Amino acid sequence: MRTYRQANWSEPLIFELGSPGRLGITLPELEDEVKKVVGGVKIPESIKRVKPPSLPELSEVEVTRHFTNLTQMAYGVDNGPVPLGSCTMKFNPRIAWDLSFNSGVDQLHPLQDERTVQGLLEVMYELQQWLANIVGMDVCTLHPAAGAHGELTGVLVIRKYHELKGQLDRKKEIVIPDSAHGTNPASAAMAGFKVIEVPSGSDGNVDYEALKSVVGESTAGLMITNPNTLGLFEERILEIAELLHKYDALLYYDGANLNGIMGYTRPGDMGFDIAHINIHKTFSSPHGGGGPGSGPVCVKNRFVDREKGIYLSDLLPGYIVVYDEEKGIYRLKGPGPHSIGLLKSFFANTIPLLWAYVYIAIMGPQGLRKVTEHCVLITNYFAKLMNGVRGYDIPYGKGRFRKHEVVLSAKPMADEVGVTAEDVAKGLLDAGFYAPTIYFPLIVKEALMTEFTETETPENVERYVERLKEISKIAYENPSKPKEWPVNTSVGRLDIVKANHPKYVAPTWRVYMKRLKGELK
Amino acid sequence: MENHPWIPSLTRDQVEKLLRVMGVGDIGELFNDIPASIKLTRKKWEKLEIGFGRPISEIEAKRILHGKLSKNTTLKTPPFMGGGVYPHYVPPLVKYIISRGEFLTAYTPYQAEISQGLMQAIFEYQSLMAELLEMDVVNASMYDWGSAAAEAVLMSLRVNKGRTRVILPANMNPYHRRVVESYTWPHGVKIVYAPFNRETGGVDVEELKKLVDEETAGVYLQYPNFFGVVEADAKAIGEVAHEKGALFITGVYPIALGLLKSPGELGADIAVGEGQPLGLGLNYGGPYLGIFATRFDMNLVRQMPGRIIGLAESHRGERGFAMILQTREQYIRREKATSNICTNEALMAIAAAVYLSMLGKNGLVKLAEINYYRAHYAWAKMRQAGLKVDLFKWDFFNEFPVSFNEQGVKYSFIHEKLLERGIHGGLYIGDHYPELGETALFAFTEVHFKEDIDLLVESLTEITRRG
Repeated sequence: MRTYRQANWSEPLIFELGSPGRLGITLPELEDEVKKVVGGVKIPESIKRVKPPSLPELSEVEVTRHFTNLTQMAYGVDNGPVPLGSCTMKFNPRIAWDLSFNSGVDQLHPLQDERTVQGLLEVMYELQQWLANIVGMDVCTLHPAAGAHGELTGVLVIRKYHELKGQLDRKKEIVIPDSAHGTNPASAAMAGFKVIEVPSGSDGNVDYEALKSVVGESTAGLMITNPNTLGLFEERILEIAELLHKYDALLYYDGANLNGIMGYTRPGDMGFDIAHINIHKTFSSPHGGGGPGSGPVCVKNRFVDREKGIYLSDLLPGYIVVYDEEKGIYRLKGPGPHSIGLLKSFFANTIPLLWAYVYIAIMGPQGLRKVTEHCVLITNYFAKLMNGVRGYDIPYGKGRFRKHEVVLSAKPMADEVGVTAEDVAKGLLDAGFYAPTIYFPLIVKEALMTEFTETETPENVERYVERLKEISKIAYENPSKPKEWPVNTSVGRLDIVKANHPKYVAPTWRVYMKRLKGELK
Repeated sequence: MENHPWIPSLTRDQVEKLLRVMGVGDIGELFNDIPASIKLTRKKWEKLEIGFGRPISEIEAKRILHGKLSKNTTLKTPPFMGGGVYPHYVPPLVKYIISRGEFLTAYTPYQAEISQGLMQAIFEYQSLMAELLEMDVVNASMYDWGSAAAEAVLMSLRVNKGRTRVILPANMNPYHRRVVESYTWPHGVKIVYAPFNRETGGVDVEELKKLVDEETAGVYLQYPNFFGVVEADAKAIGEVAHEKGALFITGVYPIALGLLKSPGELGADIAVGEGQPLGLGLNYGGPYLGIFATRFDMNLVRQMPGRIIGLAESHRGERGFAMILQTREQYIRREKATSNICTNEALMAIAAAVYLSMLGKNGLVKLAEINYYRAHYAWAKMRQAGLKVDLFKWDFFNEFPVSFNEQGVKYSFIHEKLLERGIHGGLYIGDHYPELGETALFAFTEVHFKEDIDLLVESLTEITRRG
């Protein structure tokens, strides 16, 4: 077994480094003529800053070393498996980094004349088409900045749809399965809807009878992901779509789990009206320690109002790239009269989108289908190897194949010896693996939601399984041991309760220092 | 396809082995639960227009993309355009640090102990931004300024529960304004626009007083405002808000804070802004960095959107970092969360942290001065050339409106002629402010040298003279 030891630099905070008067960058001197013509700063005293901000003063040497040391105490897909469920932490190819980070878009202003950015707009136009084809929809906007931002877009479109049809006074509810991502109910609430939760059956599908009992005249829409967060395909999706459409409710597809079905079926074919896509999951743009992402939203070209000629796509926010045949140029179409407006100030998160363009181009449709086949293959291989391992269980949908992810439960271990999913996670860190998503979905106790993606090697999956077995063995032999983990990471287990205690909580250095000096109320 | 650099299990050996262990005949069996009526055949899928219809190599991808992007126009100078995001310098060190795989390819640090370096970097962003703003609590980022402003308005409505009015200034960025409108639309909020004074260019305090009442949850002020004007009465505006118990929300351009009073000093309850100028690049719309900060008052902090990294200690007594105050967030609170935000702009926050660390206190002030001087040089030169630049009395930071009404030409004509010379002029604002007519907003930063500005002014002079 390989061993792991993470760097521990005891790196000081940036505020504890440097020395007065140091500078980390060369800035141009003002031209004499400029100084002469301007004369001086004439900002009124009432708004003029007197004391410069208390920023630390470092040379570029120190800044470089500081942040380099910090990177060595972090862990990404470049370091090893990051099998966070529903996060699709696949490999981030450097050709896409090169062609997006070094594309020159850092020089392009989002409001500059369209004719000066024809190359970029052509690329974005093609990407819109490709994404529409991948999800089986008609029109896509690249505008939303993340998955949850796409969800908000989607539910606002649903709201607008019912408003334009004059039925918003009764369409007040969004139905969401209990296995859904937390962002779904949060997005629905931000769009002013009441959230109705439906339970899952033991087969892992949404409980269709329960769904039927809550869907009715007040239903505005349904938000669902397929495959769901248990990694299982919702087999009755067509009936679900029919049920919702009967009440003129719209179906929203949460694209977080698209990796599990690409090339095999499409949200558009399943009856969805609106879908978002997570560029930073399915299409390999890196997650950057929390973002940026990009969450394009695609819709079916269905009518909202046939007489007035309003389509669902007219409700989309932001800017859509269109081709002006007459003039032979690409244009950015801004929000029209029925659009929900803007959800961010300008066009879209262009760099992750360029990354996705390169990824899709290199993969082609053949490669994307292989992506799906192999993420599913790897998931089921892992599930097979974990089958019957003491202390773990795979609840819901017994005997069914998973798609992109599988949810283990450490409940047997927790019940029998008190070793929890969190302890298991820390034990994985000690072996140099990132942990799965834990305690989610909420319907699985002691959940370990695991998604390796197609980019993981079978060897690593086997090593991961060996470590899970080893953890189980230790847990049953010496149940207090796992509580001491992790020991091989740059710090030991953190005291989250203390970090949140009103007498300790320090969201910034400023608060920490104020407390030290007794300046905090 | 029998191998691919990004799918290690694709080889025939591996497929056979894995299927054998699983007791499955072929991969297709794993998809048997998809109803036949919606299942795509391989043939049908491969005929769809996705990519170039076949897998291609890196070399081809590079050639194709370079070929397409070469159709973008190469300009002689960076665009003289702002309006919320600006052409600023991006130091290579910033790009280098955020390209390091340990940061670039990491997820949100759900497992703290193995992610301390990432969390420290984000904590340092929060802390550096806190010093710049002189606000105590900063979150790990929002999408951009517009969405941060929208979330601030929603937060003011939660803090002042029961109140339904929000005051926005008419001289705020119109793009941000549209975002605020989209976010607040479902919640029955009454948005009232406070007029600006046509002489000074700033919000009119006396007019504002008439609008703020006991139903007002929040008052927003952008400084410098959309016209670049510094809002000399900012402090008084905050007092007007506070007199009626409304939250005072400010929107800022971080580099301007080298010369302008901080939101903290002005008494802001919430500060938002755009981190794009801090080494992120223009990126044609994103990724950017929504700055979001508040005072250290638990009534405010508990209503804050977004992730926050805080100081922590390990059980062994080591200093560390952890995600704190998580009970506000969507993955715990679901529909009761303060926001739905999950993926944010963490890497951009780190970029801003690197840049602020390089600048330090003196560098930031110096950078602000360069921006100020260059813009004021342009203003003086344009005025000398007979252009209408003194639309407003109050001083500005690094952008100002230029009116072409007196020349009797449309700005689109000027723009066209500039473009012919390889120069991209300012942002036409007549559609947002019809009362200003043929007016465009010109911005100047450290990347616009004297010679660039001279070229612009000479060109404008020639174009308007010939007009």
